[in-house]
Amino acid sequence: MNRDFWTRFCRFLPLPATLLLAGCHAALLDPKGPIGEAEKSIILTATGLMLVVVIPVIVLVLVVAWRYRASNTKAEYQPEWSHSNKIEAVMWSVPIVIVSILGVIAWRTSHQLDPYRPIASRFKPIHIDAIAMDWKWLFIYPDQHVASVNEVAMPVGVPVVFHITSATVMNSFFIPRLGSQIYAMANMQTTDNLVASAPGTYRGISANFSGDGFSGMTFKAVAMSKADFKQWLANAAAAKQSLDGNAYRALEKPSENVPVAFYSNATPGLFQQIVQGKFAPGRMVASSDVGGSARSE
Amino acid sequence: MFGKLTLSAIPFNIPIVMGAVAFMVLGVIAVLGIITYLGKWKYLWTEWLTSVDHKKIGIMYLILATVMLLRGFADALMMRSQQALAYGSNMGYLPPEHFDQVFSAHGTIMIFFMAMPFIIGLMNCILPLQIGARDVAFPMLNNLSFWLTAGGAVLVNVSLAIGNFSRTGWLAYPPLSELHYSPGVGVDYYIWALQISGIGTTLTGVNFIATILKMRAPGMTLMRMPVFTWASLCANILIVATFPILTVTLGLLALDRYLGMHFFTNSMGGDPMMYLNLIWIWGHPEVYILMLPLFGVYSEIVPTFSGKRLFGYTSMVWATMAIALLSMLVWLHHFFTMGSGGNVNAFFGITTMIISVPTGVKIFNWIFTMYRGRVRFDTPMLWTVGFLITFTIGGMSGVLLAEPPADFVLHNSLFLVAHFHNVIIGGVVFGVFAGVAYWFPKIFGFRLNERIGRWAFWCWFIGFYVAFMPLYALGLMGATRRMDHYDVAAWHPLFIVAAIGSGIIFLGILLQLVQVVVSIQQRELTRDTTGDVWNGRTLEWSVPSPAPAYNFARIPVVRDVDAFWDMKQRGVDLKSATFVPIHMPRNSATGFIMAGFAFVVAFAMVWHIWWLAIAGLAGVLVTLIRHAFNDDRDYHLGADEVRRIEAMHGRVQARSM
Repeated sequence: MNRDFWTRFCRFLPLPATLLLAGCHAALLDPKGPIGEAEKSIILTATGLMLVVVIPVIVLVLVVAWRYRASNTKAEYQPEWSHSNKIEAVMWSVPIVIVSILGVIAWRTSHQLDPYRPIASRFKPIHIDAIAMDWKWLFIYPDQHVASVNEVAMPVGVPVVFHITSATVMNSFFIPRLGSQIYAMANMQTTDNLVASAPGTYRGISANFSGDGFSGMTFKAVAMSKADFKQWLANAAAAKQSLDGNAYRALEKPSENVPVAFYSNATPGLFQQIVQGKFAPGRMVASSDVGGSARSE
Repeated sequence: MFGKLTLSAIPFNIPIVMGAVAFMVLGVIAVLGIITYLGKWKYLWTEWLTSVDHKKIGIMYLILATVMLLRGFADALMMRSQQALAYGSNMGYLPPEHFDQVFSAHGTIMIFFMAMPFIIGLMNCILPLQIGARDVAFPMLNNLSFWLTAGGAVLVNVSLAIGNFSRTGWLAYPPLSELHYSPGVGVDYYIWALQISGIGTTLTGVNFIATILKMRAPGMTLMRMPVFTWASLCANILIVATFPILTVTLGLLALDRYLGMHFFTNSMGGDPMMYLNLIWIWGHPEVYILMLPLFGVYSEIVPTFSGKRLFGYTSMVWATMAIALLSMLVWLHHFFTMGSGGNVNAFFGITTMIISVPTGVKIFNWIFTMYRGRVRFDTPMLWTVGFLITFTIGGMSGVLLAEPPADFVLHNSLFLVAHFHNVIIGGVVFGVFAGVAYWFPKIFGFRLNERIGRWAFWCWFIGFYVAFMPLYALGLMGATRRMDHYDVAAWHPLFIVAAIGSGIIFLGILLQLVQVVVSIQQRELTRDTTGDVWNGRTLEWSVPSPAPAYNFARIPVVRDVDAFWDMKQRGVDLKSATFVPIHMPRNSATGFIMAGFAFVVAFAMVWHIWWLAIAGLAGVLVTLIRHAFNDDRDYHLGADEVRRIEAMHGRVQARSM
């Protein structure tokens, strides 16, 4: 291998290095829950499998281009050679094999990691309703009758079933370190099953552009011990403001970079009313015509 | 009288916008002034604006694409610099309502008014020459298509000065793009710019399918068509199959916005998710409409610069057809996160991955074409090798995103942004530059400066990696797209690196502009007198550069895929002794005028100036009807005139016998 080749090759070394360096802080490569773990391992497995072909291909491009450069008159030259069954067989079958393996992974994991799939656990899951608003997240704990804005707490190790909708345009509910995101859509309800395996405060975002306040539409997802979680609920229940229809309407007005807030006495059934479009702006029809799950289960 | 249009629509109070507007207006005035000074208006009108010659229309497309590349890239620089600045307490210099317009305009312009005009421009310049035809099937329609596209491009730029542009991303997802959430004129500008240019593109598709299927030289069977022609055929079939979907989808959105209907609204039973499906049923094939013709370009360049036949022509053709078909079966991978469930997600994930098989085959085809060849590294080949490496990496990240669970965390992240720039810059843009460098001598009759071209290549190549590798990393760090501000310290350095990368690419673009200027100055040194600068293999190299208006004085007979190579091997004499009159289409102002009225309709619709919209529509119809009654559409170029032109290129045989 001559020197020019290596100088070319070295140009690509910073590339994986950048990625490795980023790995130190990379949310997706340092997940804090089994869903995120599984997704990380798919990313790594698939990348590894593809590198088996991609690295040789890139090397082959450089080697062949260099070896058969016009100035290298020692190299063989066959201007009419343009077909080889053997090579064709290899070049069709190698991608087919890799894609078959990746396809099997896709089929199995699409089902295993379907965000709708309940997480097996010895603990009873807790239910949290998440509502995307302009431009903040409202979380309602239907069983505990409390609610919070831009902060959601969960006990470590206990599966959480998020029921998600939007009071406004489409957003995407996403806590990168826990795993799967899913769209928040008005008049529809989606479900995201997540669980945190370690205590900590994780960044939550909307991963779909939703207008002017989008960049500030972040929330804190706090995973804590069961005792702390109880305390957190108690704090919320002690909040002066309660979440009824009027409080909800006030909250619904567009606002940006909204600080964390808590509500006691969340009106039962509020989430269902939001999904059914009872609060939709300019609403003029009976509630029977819309609403329901994005997917029939 | 003027609908919603008042003087307050001009954003006098925003200095950045007014600066850009002033720059644009001064640019236009300067161009108009120069034309007037040189007294070239008549020449411009008769020789260019009303021309139905595919080669001139192609050049106009290339110019339009270049101008819009500069506009779209200015947007890119603004985004990169904003994100490099806007960390923590620093809010950067672009408020959200401006930043949102910038990224929406960037995407819209780069896809519809940069990439599309470049590929359609290349098709126009080369395709008829490659199949041995004298023009496209419908020359006047071709002129109309161009002006409709240009009208859309102008409308996007007008939005900068009068009113504002869409703030809803390049695909304007509802309900954000509905009247309730986007009450301004921005989305309307978007809709009407795409509607008029989209109709132009559909007509182009019809035109080129007819041209390729009906106008090939005798002997050129389907399986003897050059791969660029094949790829263009597939792309045009996709255009005709899918652009009507775009037109209808945007039409439905317009009905929502103008007539209060509820196709995609939140209320009254509207379904915004239907829009996502429809727009991507067009949108994914669109990606391949851009990519396939450039696969064709690479398939022309690699054999030429390897001095060798293309390896596995049949595989290449079938791979192209397979990609075209599969491209219509993958749209849902753009929204795995909508919650469709395991079966649906897995289906679309797997169909997406399958596309990588024929694409991978193509990569091997190009490698084995170089194998046992004599590879010359002129700039077209440099871009091609840059493409092979870059596109392979982009393909890999694409297949990764096709795994639905991986997409659950990578969707809408900067990883995705890095991926599609990796394939669009590495595949489409590099391909366009390769194609322009390759065919420039054919189109203009002289070569591009090689040395500056190399510098530009290295700036683009290195700049791309510096600009987009950090975005891959940022995506893995949980950074989503379209943020005007962020508060995560670890992201900041990577955004700065990305901004530096965009600066390096900018240098590449500047060098390309210098390259064109220098090449024009040095044109006498690099003039192509043979018509075959690269020792080419296909028919476009058999005619003089630039090709005469009628392309071929004598229609060639094709006996091989590499038709011209075969002619050279057999020693076919390109000179003719006898000439016949050639039937030619007459130039027509119809396309320009119709598109002008269409632009008036679009502008009037944006501002709700109903009387003007009706007047414009009437103008379109009257022009069309008037054209239908015009019988003076063609003429015959006399045999003596043909002889005179051919003699200028030294292509007349002495009549010795």
